[in-house]
Amino acid sequence: MSALLEVNNLKVRVEDREILHGLTLTVNKGQVHAIMGPNGSGKSTLSHVIAGKPGYEVTDGEILFEGDDLLAMEPDERAAKGVFLAFQYPVEIPGVATMNFLRTALNAQRKARGEAEMSTPDFLKKVREVCTRLNIPQDMLKRGVNVGFSGGEKKRNEVLQMALFEPSLCILDEMDSGLDIDALRIAADGVNALRTPDRGFVVITHYQRLLNYIVPDVVHVMSHGRVVKSGGKELALELEESGYAQFEDKAA
Amino acid sequence: MNVALLKPAPEHAPNDLFADARSRLPGTGPVADVRAASFADFAARGLPHRRIEEWKYTDLRALLGQVAPLAAVPDEAALARAKAALAKLDVTGTTRFVLVDGVFAAELSDAPDAGVTLRRLCAVLGDEANAVRADLLRTNATNDVMVAFNAALATDGVVLGVADGARPEKPLHIVHVATQSAVSIATRSFLQLGKNAQATLVESFVTAEGAHDYQTHDAVVIWLGDDAALEHVRLVEDAHDAANISTAIVTLGAKARFNSFSITTGAHVSRYQAFIRFNGEDTHASINGINLLKDRQHGDATLVLDHAVPNCDSREEFRAVVDDSARSVFQGRINVHPDAQKTDAKMMTRALLLSDEAEADNKPELEIFADDVTCGHGATTGALDDSLLFYLRARGLPEKEAQAMLIQAFVGEAIETIADDSLREAAETAAERWLKARS
Repeated sequence: MSALLEVNNLKVRVEDREILHGLTLTVNKGQVHAIMGPNGSGKSTLSHVIAGKPGYEVTDGEILFEGDDLLAMEPDERAAKGVFLAFQYPVEIPGVATMNFLRTALNAQRKARGEAEMSTPDFLKKVREVCTRLNIPQDMLKRGVNVGFSGGEKKRNEVLQMALFEPSLCILDEMDSGLDIDALRIAADGVNALRTPDRGFVVITHYQRLLNYIVPDVVHVMSHGRVVKSGGKELALELEESGYAQFEDKAA
Repeated sequence: MNVALLKPAPEHAPNDLFADARSRLPGTGPVADVRAASFADFAARGLPHRRIEEWKYTDLRALLGQVAPLAAVPDEAALARAKAALAKLDVTGTTRFVLVDGVFAAELSDAPDAGVTLRRLCAVLGDEANAVRADLLRTNATNDVMVAFNAALATDGVVLGVADGARPEKPLHIVHVATQSAVSIATRSFLQLGKNAQATLVESFVTAEGAHDYQTHDAVVIWLGDDAALEHVRLVEDAHDAANISTAIVTLGAKARFNSFSITTGAHVSRYQAFIRFNGEDTHASINGINLLKDRQHGDATLVLDHAVPNCDSREEFRAVVDDSARSVFQGRINVHPDAQKTDAKMMTRALLLSDEAEADNKPELEIFADDVTCGHGATTGALDDSLLFYLRARGLPEKEAQAMLIQAFVGEAIETIADDSLREAAETAAERWLKARS
């Protein structure tokens, strides 16, 4: 198994506060890693830093993606390389039709990789196929990006993009937040359909519930900006039983 | 020797301008009298400056220095260059009325559709049998000094009429083409819509290749009869070192519909001032626009709405995208007269600032003398939303492309208010051209 993502001793500050205090994590191809932890443990910060969101200062450590220095790349270069962040709160972009956004983004990624643009008929065919699979009504795509979408629709739109762009690393930031059980199942089914031996997942969640649907290979517990425990999927169940308090103490 | 005597009086140059132009300005008798009085008014007041409240953000003394001498009558070469500029217009499928350097060019213009009458302003002003011809140079709507200047010097224009009930299929399109440099171009046009008439009026301001640093001084006077409907689109694409000072004076009858959109991407200095008066009840007007400005461009939209009668609605939304050290100005005044009960007037401005030096000035003014009205105004000014930019970049769009997509969305929402498909596309094309030049 080859390493897809290697995070080594990552230290990250936001303004004057250090959020990640030397985090280390390796995700191999074909694996699903779950990152669990209480609010404020740094889970979302990790996902933002991997995707390249401005406003975070990396003071130490490195992030390698397929061996390349991810921190040296612009967010769009990371996307073209195959890093995909499914947002906890996908933004609404009024005035940008979803279809236009999807095609522009896909072709920007292809262009960055030196590939030819996808033709409109091929693109439409692919979108139709993915929409059918994810149970996304086509007229949702005519609207502005996420404008007026329900929580479930927004998350499905994230999974739709994941399926279209075919990234090799998918980071799901609190995908379960704000979803009812049916919406969660649909989104999780979409993710599961994308599991391949070449692709890795980092599933960030506060609750064990999501992991019933997306079954992880490895579970990490984060607390105070570090991974404090790693284990198999049974660790998630254990957490469900006993809560995060034990780790809070350990880290303090 | 008295040194002070050698220094020209500040109004010396404009006086020369009128003296030089006088012999070729159409109209004698009462027309000439109105021109002389208008010019005397301009000469006494001079170009408006920041201490004149209506012009406080657009100090023409500072921005223009002075008015340029009047353009010469275009020769064959000028007309050929104008023709080349017309070939590049985005707006097609219209009935074109072409004014080259302020003079109607019949050979470049189309014949009007059935139900539409066309006369040249210079012919109407020169028609001594027409007892009211001088009224075309007078207005009660404003005593604005630049309107006086326009009355004094307007060389030509078109006087259009749409008969009662007529619905010309093709938009009426007044095209202003400048071919000369360092000149003033002064025009005044008219459009009267009869009862229950429906039409579209397009005004384009373009430059022939090689023309620079000119000043356009235009006025358009529009009347809508009862039950009439007018779609109005302005596209200001003058050269980037030119000035465009334009006035619209609009009078709306009862149960009329007026839908206006103005897009400015050109001109170093532009001012669009519209004086719109509701004269009949149950009329709706929406007046929208967008300024796309960069470098050191200065674009001003000033609207004065007079709700003189009850039961009328008005909606105004002006947007601005301002880059570099450009400046966009919006002044919106709504006067609700004492009898104008049940007026519903809303005014909104949104400015998108793309650089630290960019500026947007908003001045809403509501003067309400009726007690049963709904009036509101709002303004937003801000930069591109960082969270939206990051979302787009995380999906693979490079920074400039992500910005362009968000700017286009902001512009697109404004342009959507243009009802006519091909005119909406023309406005989109103008905006895209501006965006492309930016990146």
